[in-house]
Amino acid sequence: MILDGKCPKGPIETSWDRHRFETKLVNPANKRKYKVLVVGTGLAGGAAAATLGELGYQVEAFCYQDSARRAHSIAAQGGINAAKNYPNDGDSIYRLFYDTIKGGDFRAREGDVWRLAQVSNNIIDQCVAQGVPFARDYAGYLDNRSFGGAQVSRTFYARGQTGQQLLLGAYSALSRQVKAGTVKLFVRREMLDLVVVDGVARGITCRNLCTGEIESYWGDAVVLATGGYVNVFYLSTNAMGCSVTATWKAAKKGAFFANPCYTQIHPTCIPQTGDHQSKLTLMSESLRNDGRCWVPKKKEDCDKFPNDISEEDRDYYLERKYPSFGNLAPRDIASRAAKEQCDDERGVGPGKRGVYLDFSAAINRVGEDTIRERYGNLFEMYEKITDENGYKRPMRIYPAPHYSMGGLWVDYNCMSNVPGLFVLGEANFSVHGANRLGASALMQGLADGYFVIPYTIGGYLATVKPGAIKTDHAEFKKSVEDVNAEINKMLSINGKKTPAQLHRELGKIMWNNVGMARSKESLTEALKVIPQIREEFWNNVKVTGSGAEFNQQLENAGRLADFLEFGELLAKDALVREESCGGHFRTEHQYEDGEAKRDDENFCYVAAWEFKGAGNEPELHKEPLKFDNVHLAVRSYK
Amino acid sequence: MKLKLHVWRQKGPNSPGKMETYDADHVSPDQSFLEMLDEVNEVLVKEGKDPIAFDHDCREGICGMCSQVINGVPHGGQDRTTVCQLHMRSFSDGDEIFIEPWKARAFPIIKDLAVDRGAYDRIIQAGGYTSCHTGGVSDGNAILIGKDAADYAMDAAECIGCGACAASCPNSSAMLFTSAKVAQLAVLPQGAVEAKMRVNAMLEEAQACGFGNCTNHYECQASCPKGINVKFIAKLNREYIKALLP
Repeated sequence: MILDGKCPKGPIETSWDRHRFETKLVNPANKRKYKVLVVGTGLAGGAAAATLGELGYQVEAFCYQDSARRAHSIAAQGGINAAKNYPNDGDSIYRLFYDTIKGGDFRAREGDVWRLAQVSNNIIDQCVAQGVPFARDYAGYLDNRSFGGAQVSRTFYARGQTGQQLLLGAYSALSRQVKAGTVKLFVRREMLDLVVVDGVARGITCRNLCTGEIESYWGDAVVLATGGYVNVFYLSTNAMGCSVTATWKAAKKGAFFANPCYTQIHPTCIPQTGDHQSKLTLMSESLRNDGRCWVPKKKEDCDKFPNDISEEDRDYYLERKYPSFGNLAPRDIASRAAKEQCDDERGVGPGKRGVYLDFSAAINRVGEDTIRERYGNLFEMYEKITDENGYKRPMRIYPAPHYSMGGLWVDYNCMSNVPGLFVLGEANFSVHGANRLGASALMQGLADGYFVIPYTIGGYLATVKPGAIKTDHAEFKKSVEDVNAEINKMLSINGKKTPAQLHRELGKIMWNNVGMARSKESLTEALKVIPQIREEFWNNVKVTGSGAEFNQQLENAGRLADFLEFGELLAKDALVREESCGGHFRTEHQYEDGEAKRDDENFCYVAAWEFKGAGNEPELHKEPLKFDNVHLAVRSYK
Repeated sequence: MKLKLHVWRQKGPNSPGKMETYDADHVSPDQSFLEMLDEVNEVLVKEGKDPIAFDHDCREGICGMCSQVINGVPHGGQDRTTVCQLHMRSFSDGDEIFIEPWKARAFPIIKDLAVDRGAYDRIIQAGGYTSCHTGGVSDGNAILIGKDAADYAMDAAECIGCGACAASCPNSSAMLFTSAKVAQLAVLPQGAVEAKMRVNAMLEEAQACGFGNCTNHYECQASCPKGINVKFIAKLNREYIKALLP
């Protein structure tokens, strides 16, 4: 099937304005008759639930955490982009649009990206009104800094906790609606199924994580804002509870999964120290504003104390390879460059999988106090984990799985191919193409939640009768039975391996074979091994306790079961995409200097996969990408 | 290193609980405290025993989900550190460690070390926001905010809502948590408009949730993993008195 994203035709500058005018409205008196379910309360879900509540819809919001304030958006450190051009350095909506398309290696939809750039400015205004304490200068104006992949300073920030402050802003707006009675919050609920009746999304099935009860909820529309899937690699910068479960359950009910192979490996994370590790910790990309990446030129220097290595014996490889962007090269490029240096046996630290991020030049230039003011909490965090002082010696960093550009396929209205199912934020695939630029995830989450879904969902709801199908429908009962059956099956296996053990095995094959560099050979092997681990899971996993209680082992097992199916799709998508683009690097497809070689003739499309049953071949649908406003070109940061 | 753990085990909200003892025999100094517990749990699962339930999520000190009283101190007593960021290098071989859940009437136990902190959400729902609608707000630079005020607001806004302040307080007072939000919004022009209503509503809700009052023990500041200062409680008191005036 050839998919159509249904972007507005005509000049892109006015596309969103015209679309908003042409979209049907639901009149204020009718809005309260419709119920919308929002799953996930991060930036996208929290903002969506709050805004839909303000508009007058009945909203029910769900999260697996114990509070709507804890979604992993909270961990975003560096900042949020907007095309305000406050610093007068040449920024504009067009430039933010252009940078995002180029940063995504020409694999995103122009219309969606234009809209994102356009509403970026509204987001900053909204957050300021909520009381988000963005950094200000002494005159009281908002301050900006630079991020990777851009030559202007367009990033707004709140110390090193921008995600936290933006999420608390959305959470406060959501709390206001809870008080007003328009939003009902259901915390410690995990969505375990999407209920589809006659091809239309009608509700969800959840597990109450405190009591274990399986619950049904109906809605006239279902909005998924459940984040990304890089915990498929086991070790990642995501929170422990982040999973593909909600989106994968929707995929199993017919929603297409788009571009699963586009995963972002973030260049500046704290390197792994041992097998006991449960997660990796990110150090904000903003550090690359003042930190310089280097490795020793000579292998024999790798074990030396870094400060004893003289200037001429250091290889500032990003500045050398990409003189115009230098240390602010985009993430995919900076990550691969770090890997190259380590593959060349010039890595540093335990296991030699690390590069230096050195602040000494910046400290000499502006002083330690200024650096502390800019990044103090990050240096503290680094010291807690590594027991090393980043002011006194260079930090050690290494790339780690961080973000998923792929996600459920949606059209311009953020609606999936299943009518009534909307997908926002990291959970959808829409704006980042094959690589996301720094400070764009927060922008997308809030854009989708505050300024896109409130308009587009009305266009859909205006076409359906409110409350037509409720939880007494047979499909809801069947869904509960299916969920219970799967839980009981996991509990009854009583094998020898724990979910964590099997997850580590999956993560190992995913990282080694489907990670930063992929080849036909590595992917073929992964496609052989993943089903074997899945097989072992369903025969040999050990899950203690019962389903009718607070049971974290059961939660982990359920999430792993979905990763074990989804991981195979990710590898398959990577195998089919015979080109390198953004975060997807196929070793067969590179230029002589090691840069990614895209194939626009054959792969300028969105790959949207239709689930056809576990173990069966999924079906590939394509949405061709057209570039009318940006010239398709080799992406260069040299 | 080898450690002996004494852990509070409680099957459910209404079941009786008790301390139980576990050995952690292969602890690496580079492990985080939660990774050490993960390993204890792996052993328990393999033996078919019920693993220790504890809340955690981001494991980088920002989500506020982790919540354990370690050796009598919420988050273990290391300066500005959550449990998930506490590393085993701060313990010594042979140590005995006591691990308990948050203790406050307003935080009922769900299981073992996991508690229900819904009360903190209810305090925010009572008024911890500015009543602005999405859209239709002025330009971000239309409201000038001096750097001092912006920094003060940010110092307060760093609160992660973990509950350590109430858990460490002899009165189980939520005053540090409540004051951080009151102070953040009161110092900003956007939040000042509703300051009177906010401080009253949030304090009433805190009381209704079962939190006690503040008697200046400052245990909250000492145990706060984000170093939230008690000066915000003074600010809250000023705001409260201002709200009493016509």
